[in-house]
Amino acid sequence: MMEIELLVIGAGPAGLMAALHAAEAGAGVLLIERSDRLGGQLIKQTHKFFGSKAEYAGERGIDIAAKLIDACEKTKTITIWKNTPVLGIYPDGVVTALHQEKFCTIKPAKVIVATGAAEKTMAFPNNDLPGIYGAGAVQTLMNVHGVLPAKRILMVGAGNIGVIVAYQLLQAGVEVAGVVEASPQVGGYHVHAAKLQRHGVPIYTSHSVKAAHGDPFLEGVTICKLDKDWQPIAGSDQYIEVDGLCLAVGLSPLTELLWQAGCDMKYVAELGGYVPVRNGNLQTTEEHIFVAGDVSGVEEASAAMVEGKLAGMYIAALLGYQTANYEPELQLAREQLAALRSGPAGEKIRNGLSKVLCREVG
Amino acid sequence: MTNDTIICRCEDITLGEIRAQIAQGKHTLEEIKRACRAGMGPCQGRTCSLLIANEIAKATGKNVADIPLSQVRPPTAPIKMASLLGGKKHD
Repeated sequence: MMEIELLVIGAGPAGLMAALHAAEAGAGVLLIERSDRLGGQLIKQTHKFFGSKAEYAGERGIDIAAKLIDACEKTKTITIWKNTPVLGIYPDGVVTALHQEKFCTIKPAKVIVATGAAEKTMAFPNNDLPGIYGAGAVQTLMNVHGVLPAKRILMVGAGNIGVIVAYQLLQAGVEVAGVVEASPQVGGYHVHAAKLQRHGVPIYTSHSVKAAHGDPFLEGVTICKLDKDWQPIAGSDQYIEVDGLCLAVGLSPLTELLWQAGCDMKYVAELGGYVPVRNGNLQTTEEHIFVAGDVSGVEEASAAMVEGKLAGMYIAALLGYQTANYEPELQLAREQLAALRSGPAGEKIRNGLSKVLCREVG
Repeated sequence: MTNDTIICRCEDITLGEIRAQIAQGKHTLEEIKRACRAGMGPCQGRTCSLLIANEIAKATGKNVADIPLSQVRPPTAPIKMASLLGGKKHD
């Protein structure tokens, strides 16, 4: 059994930052990643981030990932296991994983679960036709492997992921037939939606997918208009010829390990589904288990990075590695999170968090 | 939405089959999973659970937050028996 001070599960923006900041303070860290690459969704983000300098604003996700990965790989007190799915967390604190084809056990003093989120999907006739993808798969094909997902594609969802990936498709030379959005307005940042509109891409608000068609692969999609109660309006069907359909209809936190560990969970629609009850230091109701990033509520990568930093620093201090600047640094991280969640764009997140924070800290 | 719409793509379970289970009085994900294997494939319900919970909520007039999820058990991902048996580190 491997013993370690801090186990970080997931090497996306939250996990990388958590590992770095805990290790910088002096803690011994094991960073486990399921896939063969570190960086999580950051490695697919070819657009520049918003926020302030402290959260890498103005930089592209892929470049931020490269910096964080490089820093983690150069830190001797961080052990990195790639291609390693974590299989379970048990009540005695033991974590099991599949490492180099072997089942192994780990006994960490503290755990940060930074497993991210999974894409939601939609039910409609023929939703299993080849050519229908989640937005994550489209980004993986296009931005990681350099493979075009389709020649002409319809995007579903005008949140940030929908409008950003639609623009990336245009950049890759794919024709974007339109963006379909069930709600009456675009949810994503205006600057991204405006780019699409300048390219003549129609955005169909108050519309939804009714059915996909084709044999043996996608040839077209029927969309329809929705009334104010989100119900299809008869006679509003419209057929759009496409060989690709991309679903960007939201994310849901990947919380299996937290359920297994016995953490108190709560359904909070604003945060994407079931999320762990925790305090302001990202500590769950199982006191050795912490969370950071989308697993604790679906947000932007910027917030995930700050949460990772905060949890990493806090845990290092708990383990006895308190740096000289600990208090002001922790306070700064809290202020950064508050700033990222401020204003009208952060309202949904603030509402969600108010339902799941078990007590105020600091 | 038609009854032949696929809900659980790992196990090829259709909306019609899910609706039939709900009509028989199975109002939790756990019961439906045991009856027809929805959510028992490689993705372990990460894709279909929410769709099924929504169907139950619609049929019963409940809020989706009040539909109990199925029990989560290790392993979270499929692994080979050989890995389990061959792990000398399995202590």
